[in-house]
This record gives sequence, C-alpha cells and structure tokens, in this order.
Amino acid sequence: MKIQHLIWKEMRKRPTPMITSLLAVTLGVMALVAIQNIAVFSQKKIAGDMESLGANVLVLPPNASLQDYYAADMHGETMPEEFVTRLAFARLPGVENLAPKLCVETSASGQDVVVTGILPRSEYQAKSAWQGLGMFASDVGSDRGCCSTTATSLAGSDDPNSLATERTIQDLGAREVILGSLAAEKLSAKVGDELPLLGGDFNVLAVLPEAGTVDDSRVFAHLHSVQELAETGPVVNVIEIVACCEDAAGSLISNLSAELPETKIVTISQVVQTQLAVNTLMSRLSWVFFSILLLVGASSIASVMFANVTERRQEIGTLMALGASRSFVTRLFLGKAVVLGVVGGIAGYAGGTVLAIILGPRLLSVSVQPLPMLLVTSLVAATLVAVMASFLPARRAAGLDPCLVFNDA
Amino acid sequence: MYQLNEVTQTYHCRGKIVTALNSIDISIEDNEFLAIVGPSGSGKTTLLSVLGGMLKPEHGEVLFDGDSLYDLPLARRAQLRGTKIGFVFQTFNLVPWLTALENVQIPMMLGGFSSKQQIARASELLERVGLHDRIDHHPGELSQGQQQRVALARTLANDPQVILADEPTGNLDHETRHQVMEYLAEFHRDGRTIILVTHDADTAAFANRTLRLVHGAPHSNEALHAA
Repeated sequence: MKIQHLIWKEMRKRPTPMITSLLAVTLGVMALVAIQNIAVFSQKKIAGDMESLGANVLVLPPNASLQDYYAADMHGETMPEEFVTRLAFARLPGVENLAPKLCVETSASGQDVVVTGILPRSEYQAKSAWQGLGMFASDVGSDRGCCSTTATSLAGSDDPNSLATERTIQDLGAREVILGSLAAEKLSAKVGDELPLLGGDFNVLAVLPEAGTVDDSRVFAHLHSVQELAETGPVVNVIEIVACCEDAAGSLISNLSAELPETKIVTISQVVQTQLAVNTLMSRLSWVFFSILLLVGASSIASVMFANVTERRQEIGTLMALGASRSFVTRLFLGKAVVLGVVGGIAGYAGGTVLAIILGPRLLSVSVQPLPMLLVTSLVAATLVAVMASFLPARRAAGLDPCLVFNDA
Repeated sequence: MYQLNEVTQTYHCRGKIVTALNSIDISIEDNEFLAIVGPSGSGKTTLLSVLGGMLKPEHGEVLFDGDSLYDLPLARRAQLRGTKIGFVFQTFNLVPWLTALENVQIPMMLGGFSSKQQIARASELLERVGLHDRIDHHPGELSQGQQQRVALARTLANDPQVILADEPTGNLDHETRHQVMEYLAEFHRDGRTIILVTHDADTAAFANRTLRLVHGAPHSNEALHAA
C-alpha cells in the first residue's frame, strides 16, 4: 500500500463533495478549451479565407476608381512597373507576394477577351537586383494567422493552376497563355492549342479550374509580352499584394503609402480587423470565464477540503499516532488536490473540445479539431488551482494535535 | 525505558487552570506491564499522551531509552512512534474505508516497507489474532472485538518496544475484553512494555504494577500480579 492508494480509496469512499469541486474545475477548463479552440480555428479559417481570396491589398494608380475589388485592373489607369521593384526592395514586413497586372481588351477567334499580363516568379529570380531578397519564403509577418500558411504555400508552387489561388505562377513563357475556365470555353481552346492574341501566336499552357471570380473569363499572358504587343510601355494597372492579415489590418498600409505616395492603396483591412477583433475578444473572454470558474472551483475545493479535514480529524490523529509525519499528512491532502486537478483538467479538456466541435460549425461555421496544446494548459492550470486551494486545509490537517485520538483528550 | 522527572501539565478551561499532571516522577522499566488507573480527569490520558511523544509537558523531563523525548524534533518523534511505540485505542480508530489487511499495513506503509512486505506481515499478524479469514473485511463488517483485534495486529506491525493502550477494553463485552487482555498479556510475554489506561479493576489486574492517579499525582503504588 502506498499513499496514492490511501488517497484514492478515501476519494471513492466520499465521492459527493469531490464531485461538486470537480464539476467547478471541469466547467472552468471546459469554457477555456471550447472558446480557445473555436478562436484558434476561426483564426485559421480567416487565414484560409484570405488565402483563397488571394490579394488583400491593392496598389492602384492615383486616378483609378475602384468599383469591384476583384476587377481592380479594369479601370484603364496605369502606373510604372518600376513601382513593383521599389516595393520589393522596401522589404516591408507582412508582404507575402507581389503580383503586378496589366489588362488589355482584345479579340481572339472572333470573341472579345481580356488579356491580363502577369509577371511570373521566375522573372523576379532572373533579376539579379532582386536575388537574395528571400521575400517569398522568408518568415515575414507574425507567426499567427495567414502569414505562415501563405508563405509556405508560396514557397514552392510551380503548377500553373496556382495562379487561381496564389495570384502568382512560377514560370510563364513569352508566348504562353493560361486561360480562365470561361475564357477557354468561349474560345473553344484547350491545353496545347495555338491561340492568336494581340497580333502574336500563343500556346495554351493551362486552363484554370472554375473559381467563380472574374479570373474565369481572363486570358493570362506574360506581362512583358502584353506590354510589348499592346505597346503600352513598362506600365501596370494594379499591383496586387498578398499580405499577412494581421499586417494588412495594421501598419502595412501606412508603410505602403509611405513607400509609394503617388499611388492609391486599397485594402480589406476593415473586414480583417473586425474578424481579428472578434477572435481576440473571444480569446480574452475565455480567460475571463476560465478565471471566474476556476475561482469558484478553488473556493469549492478549499471549502470541501476544510470540511474533509474536520471530518477526518480522528483518522489524521491516528495516522500521526502511528508515525505519520506532518509532511505525510500534507501530502495526503495535496495528493488529493492533484487528483482533482488532473481529473478536472482532462475532463474539462475533453468536454471543452466536444463542445467546440459541436458549437464551432453552428456558431461561426468553423470546423474544429482537438488541440493537444490546450490539454497541457488545462492540466497545469487545473492542478495548480486545486493544489493552491488545498494548501491551507492541508496545513491545518498537518497541524492537528494527535492527542485528539485519545478517549477524553 | 521511561523516566519522568517533575512532569507538569495544566489546561486552561473557562478561566480556570486544571492541573492534569502535577509534578510527577515515575519510572517505567523495560518489559513492565503497567496499569494506570484513577477517576475521570485524573490525568491518565494526559500521561499517556506525554509518554507517546504527542504532548510536550509544560514542565519537567521525559526520558525514553535515556534520550529526552521532547528535545527531539517533531519528525523524529513521529518516526519514534512509527518504530518503537505502538498505540491501542478505546474506539479502535481503524480507517473505515480500508480493509482489515490495509489497516494493519498502515504503520508499515509509513515506515517505508514494500507492498509485498506489508501484505506478508499484515497477513501473519491477522492470523496471529485469529482473523485470517477476515482480512478483506472493512471495519464496519467486523464485530467490536474483531475490530480491536485488527487494531492490536496494527499495533504490532512495526514490532514496537512499548504499547500504550488507552482504555482498550472500554467498548467491549466481558468475554471479548478478556480475550483482548490475553493478547496484550501475550505481547507482554514477548518482551514488550505495556502501559495501559483503564477504569476497570479486572483489566488492571492483568498488569504487574498499577499506578493510581488522583488530581494529576500518583496516589499509591501497589504491585499486582497478572491473573
């Protein structure tokens, strides 16, 4: 027999008061785990949404008026392509990707189409002045939200289809085009076909899957080919920036404005800010609930433990008469507190996770998975609270006069 | 074994001072069977507490095997109780949610014995007190006499030199009382010192010396021989 056996058997003997305390601790942990879990996955969802949205900051010529965020390159105003170089050199924190575009309306195979000039990533790498910047794979921005996801996904994509989601493509030849799904249908073109455009012949490199955006009706060609064939000179209509959502909501816009004062910066920062604020609020609220409920749990544990000490006075006195030291008696009660904390932590984690999995999709349309890190937090916090709440009762038990075991003492 | 020099202990009760032990000097030898008798409030239990290292007297000195008991630190005194001093209580003081076997294991658990050693020794002791068929029973499932026998087995767990018994037969019927006293007499014959507090003359008759306390002081000392 060991002290653990003594603790466990006593708890089994008197489960009712323990269940009350356990419930309070479990509820506190549940609240924390559920809200934190939903907040984390909501954050990830925002990141995913931002990623699928593509660019979240647009750099436009000063006279451009923006009617449609997704057709920001159709205003007809231009600005020098050199602005892209300036932005790249500025190495602003939060900038994950730059995608300059030039749009030209033309006809092909008797159909009106919009040809969009884009700059492939290989183009950046070819320019020695930009080499070594490491901007696309660097750990820019914070480690939360969309930044890490986006940076990782951009690091090695060379599939032409990446244009649909990442706004960039690794390679695109001077006489190659990528067709949006609707454009391909309209032009009756498929991969490998020859397509006459702007007076030049282009080979169809890929057909993008349907995205439900204006990109579906676009024909994408190399920026410099479009500039050359449309005789526009080295200009672009828009520079799309894929930015970290936190930075897009923060200092990035003012940094961009400072870097390119002669342009207009448009962002969806308000959306980002609102979503981030909700997440932050939820996260903070979860700690408030957690603290309140744990305080209630701690009070309950302390009260139950004091009652337990009173109830077990004779047993404690007997143990002392039989040779138990004060430290043994203290450990007897703190051990019980550890059991309460561990069981409460695990039960709260399990309950909170289940609650998050049920409520996440219903309240915020967020799909939630268990977060093992929260188990560690739950266990540590619940155990710490239970032990602290039991400290005084344990000290009181250890200070009992062993003479109380005698008949008329 | 014990030497008490001018031991005094008083209690404050509702503004009055009650003298439990009044400057007593007594000596208790090894392998003695001593019965402490006297009316209620005469200081019997206080004396037992002092001898058990659980109550430091206000004045005086308590020597145990030549060492001043109350000059030892608390932890050392607890250790002494776990190794050299055994207790028997009137109300048995068994832990109700532990089985008879587990109750007997307690002193050995406190002494750091392995579970295997605890079980072997506890089984042997329960067999000695005739309860080998009750080892898995909880105290509530045992008669008063059986509970006291479990308590006796528990007392012997760490093979103490001295057994301090506080009214060990107070809650027992005549027959069981005799049986328990026979066990204590047997433990005495094993070489242990038995110090017994009792109101009952028949129980005291098992001792070979009786110390009568009145108002915290020895009234008379008479030698009796076990029946």
